[in-house]
Amino acid sequence: MTELLLLSATGLMLSLFLGLLRVLLGPSAGDRMLATQLIGTVGVGMLLVLSVLLDEPALIDVALLLALLAAVAAAAFTGQQEARHD
Amino acid sequence: MNTTNLLVFDGLLLFSIVGLAWASLATTDERRSVILFMAFGLVLAVAWGRLLAPDVALAEAAIGAGLSGALLLAAVRKQSPGSSHTHANPDRNYSESGAKVVLQWLVTLLCAALAGTLAWALLHALSSAPHDTLPRAISDNLVASGVSNPVTAVLLNFRAYDTLLELAVLLTAVLGIFSLGQTTPGYQPAGPVFDGLVRWLVPVLILTAGYLLWVGAHAPGGAFQAGATLAAAGVVLRLTGRSRIGLPDGFVLRIIMAAGVGVFLLVGLTLLLLGRPFLGYPPAWAGALILLIETAAMLSIAATLLLAFVGGQPQSTAVNAAANRQREENSRC
Amino acid sequence: MINLASSILILAGLFFYLAGSIGLLRLPDLYTRLHALTKADNLGLGLLAAGLALHSQHLLTSLKLLLIWLAVLAASATSAHLIARQARRQETRR
Repeated sequence: MTELLLLSATGLMLSLFLGLLRVLLGPSAGDRMLATQLIGTVGVGMLLVLSVLLDEPALIDVALLLALLAAVAAAAFTGQQEARHD
Repeated sequence: MNTTNLLVFDGLLLFSIVGLAWASLATTDERRSVILFMAFGLVLAVAWGRLLAPDVALAEAAIGAGLSGALLLAAVRKQSPGSSHTHANPDRNYSESGAKVVLQWLVTLLCAALAGTLAWALLHALSSAPHDTLPRAISDNLVASGVSNPVTAVLLNFRAYDTLLELAVLLTAVLGIFSLGQTTPGYQPAGPVFDGLVRWLVPVLILTAGYLLWVGAHAPGGAFQAGATLAAAGVVLRLTGRSRIGLPDGFVLRIIMAAGVGVFLLVGLTLLLLGRPFLGYPPAWAGALILLIETAAMLSIAATLLLAFVGGQPQSTAVNAAANRQREENSRC
Repeated sequence: MINLASSILILAGLFFYLAGSIGLLRLPDLYTRLHALTKADNLGLGLLAAGLALHSQHLLTSLKLLLIWLAVLAASATSAHLIARQARRQETRR
């Protein structure tokens, strides 16, 4: 099981690098934002694998927080600010 | 678990962190830089987890993934109103005058010197001092601290002074934000999909904040992480276009802003009057006092972070109600 | 037996993570990339979390993993919608 988890951690790292490539390449800001979203999900997966691998259950809480806040960045990115009324 | 097995993973993680940091600093487009910085924060949270520092990882996850990205994106948007994408500012292609080159080299040299000094200090600290005295001192006294999470014991008991002063720094910061006057404009309604998400996300975030506050006594968590989570709930509410984001009005808000420092000082001074050292909790009471201080600190931290996102004093309820009515009338026409 | 099932689930999750990332990199435009990304979010993390929940054999941990997956599911769908809508609006404005 440990070997499998090590393999998944490294596989997730590969996934992260592919996502990073898309963040760097763009071309539009939306593409970069999408790739950041993927990096967030990969981060959640990594933390879950690491929590078993390193025997640190608190990492699941970190993953939970990342998961709950995953939509905040996209909403902040697309949100349109109102014009000033005054 | 042998840590050498994760060597490849660690190397790649390190490489991605440095690469993202460099990319984020090197790009000239602010929005791209912010998105890269958000990705950097996500990877950093994983790295803290890998270093078995879940307390820091929690804070990084809440601040890096939720708050700083939203704050920086709002700041970028404020700089370039109207169009969502402006680059190639003419004044950014500055001329390379002689004085500027000298200044650049000077700054580079100073940074290198600073980095060298820090590296030397770290090397010195790692090589000279026996580095297990501090953890041993903490674990020896953990029983008397009132909590069983060593990080909380250090932050709220052994080094409570530091945390008190950190909260004072936050209070100063929020006073600075308040001095900016009224808030920046809010957001347009984000549509039913995001609204539907927020309807259950905000209660879950509030619940998570309470969980992190409570669990901080015996496992990673605590006031800072809980406060950041609570602030994220407010940020999410603001992003849906609501004007009420959970911040109370006027006087109550000011009390909440000052609650962290206030309760901390009150506890310290009361103990002083009772003949104990300042913030020297009696062991029987330590757990309850720490929870009391942490609850107040959580509220102050949440209010501070949220006000930083709002960017000034929130408008009073009466003004908000009038603005909402105005908006409804506009949409009806 | 449980170990085998958990291993298969984790490997399947890994497959979808990698498939999603490769899709994000290889597909030609934003909308098709959106489609690739949601595979990683929904199936990749879902299968990985299911595998780890089987491995942990602990009710509270499993429930937390379920909550994490549901949160990512909702967040991924929402942000995909938001990003696609913004891209569409910018296109029509041009």
